[in-house]
Amino acid sequence: MPEFLIATAGFILMMVAVGLVRILRGPANADRMMSAQLLGTGGIAALLLGAGTGASGLLDAALTLALLAAFAAVAFVNSADRQ
Amino acid sequence: MTIALALDAGLALLVLGVALWTIGAGPTFAAVVGFVAFGLLLALVWVRLAAVDVALTEAAIGSGVTGAVLIAAAARLRPTEPQSVGERPGATMRLVAALLSVLVFAGLAGIVLFPADPAPTLGPAAAAHLPELDVGNPVTAVLLAYRSVDTLLEKVVLLLALVGVWSLAPDRFWGGAPGVLRPARPDGALALLGRVLPPIGIVVGVYILWVGAIAPGGAFQAAATLAAMWLLVMIAGLRDPPETRLRSLRLLLVAGPAVFLAVGLAGFALPDGFLSYPVGHAKPIIIAIEAVLTLSIAVILGLLVAGPPERERQR
Amino acid sequence: MRALLDIVTVLAVLAGAVFFLAGTVGLLRFPDSLTRLHALTKADNLGLGLVVLGLLPQVDGALAALKLVAIWLLAQLAGATVSQMIARSMRRDGQRA
Repeated sequence: MPEFLIATAGFILMMVAVGLVRILRGPANADRMMSAQLLGTGGIAALLLGAGTGASGLLDAALTLALLAAFAAVAFVNSADRQ
Repeated sequence: MTIALALDAGLALLVLGVALWTIGAGPTFAAVVGFVAFGLLLALVWVRLAAVDVALTEAAIGSGVTGAVLIAAAARLRPTEPQSVGERPGATMRLVAALLSVLVFAGLAGIVLFPADPAPTLGPAAAAHLPELDVGNPVTAVLLAYRSVDTLLEKVVLLLALVGVWSLAPDRFWGGAPGVLRPARPDGALALLGRVLPPIGIVVGVYILWVGAIAPGGAFQAAATLAAMWLLVMIAGLRDPPETRLRSLRLLLVAGPAVFLAVGLAGFALPDGFLSYPVGHAKPIIIAIEAVLTLSIAVILGLLVAGPPERERQR
Repeated sequence: MRALLDIVTVLAVLAGAVFFLAGTVGLLRFPDSLTRLHALTKADNLGLGLVVLGLLPQVDGALAALKLVAIWLLAQLAGATVSQMIARSMRRDGQRA
């Protein structure tokens, strides 16, 4: 079970990596803003699956990550809008 | 190669890739987005290294609040963007920078791969004294008991940084309010987020502060979360940035370091001197200091992102 | 009982991974920023939900399970609102450009 979870975490991380390559390359600012969205979902999934047994407080880290990814996305969109 | 090692290697490569892209990215906005992505991925790395306190700090401050500061800075630099994109450092400068980076990397690699035997560590000593403090989280013990002087000085530095940011305002704006953060046009989705997310964020922030005594967490991470929620409320347009001359605001700003300093000076009454805690009362004192500190730091971080005053004070 | 819970975990997490794959394929193949945003938001959020569902049998304690669900709800809220904001920003840019 632990190996399976870590393997899935690695797979999802790979998906995040491929997604990041496409998003960060994206010509418009709008494409790049989506990176906060991508990390907010994929990053949290990889975090929850891949932390292994050693990390206490893991769920708190995931909660904080979710909150701050949302905040970062809002800051991006706000900045792009005021352009 | 075990699966865990493959995951770690993949994560390290991804972080490296994002970092390299951020350095090479042209437009400032793209670079800041890359930096925030880098920070969030770095939080994953810290969790893999079982340093969840650092992961919390990285996610909250390293990429969240710092990302907001950089975005605001990028917005201010926009008028000069076309000229600065074309500028690149000369070849010699880049060579020197590359050389220094390689040296630092080699030094770190040497320390990690060939540690002194036995590797020097204060871990057991730090853990040995935790029961006296009645604190379960060794990171909190280090920050607020063993090395509390460093923490006090850091908070004062934060305050000085805020004063530095305020001093960027022209004289006539001193004491006024920072510019509004809300978008030009009303946005229903943003207003919804600004109403629903902050209460949740505040609960999470207070929880992280409270649980920091026994599990990963603490004042700094909680303060960053609270600051992010306050900024979200301001960005959604539900509240305006406060005037910087308000006495209540300034009291909040200094309360944290002041209480910390007061506890420190009271420590002179005890045989160990500055910032020593009476035996058996360490934990409530630490929690009290952390609570006031969280409030102060949250306000400081929020005002740091809001920027220097841009409007005249209301008479 | 343990084996049954493990089977649920494996199935749910695998389904979640499939949705992440679908989301990334959509990111790569869709022609337009708006459609890419759609693929990213919908598929990845569903993938996270399935992953959380799969992890629920693995954690011990009601508080941990509650936190997991809270994380997913938070991601849902953030995803729904932020995607609307990004789409609106894209539309404004399109009108101006």
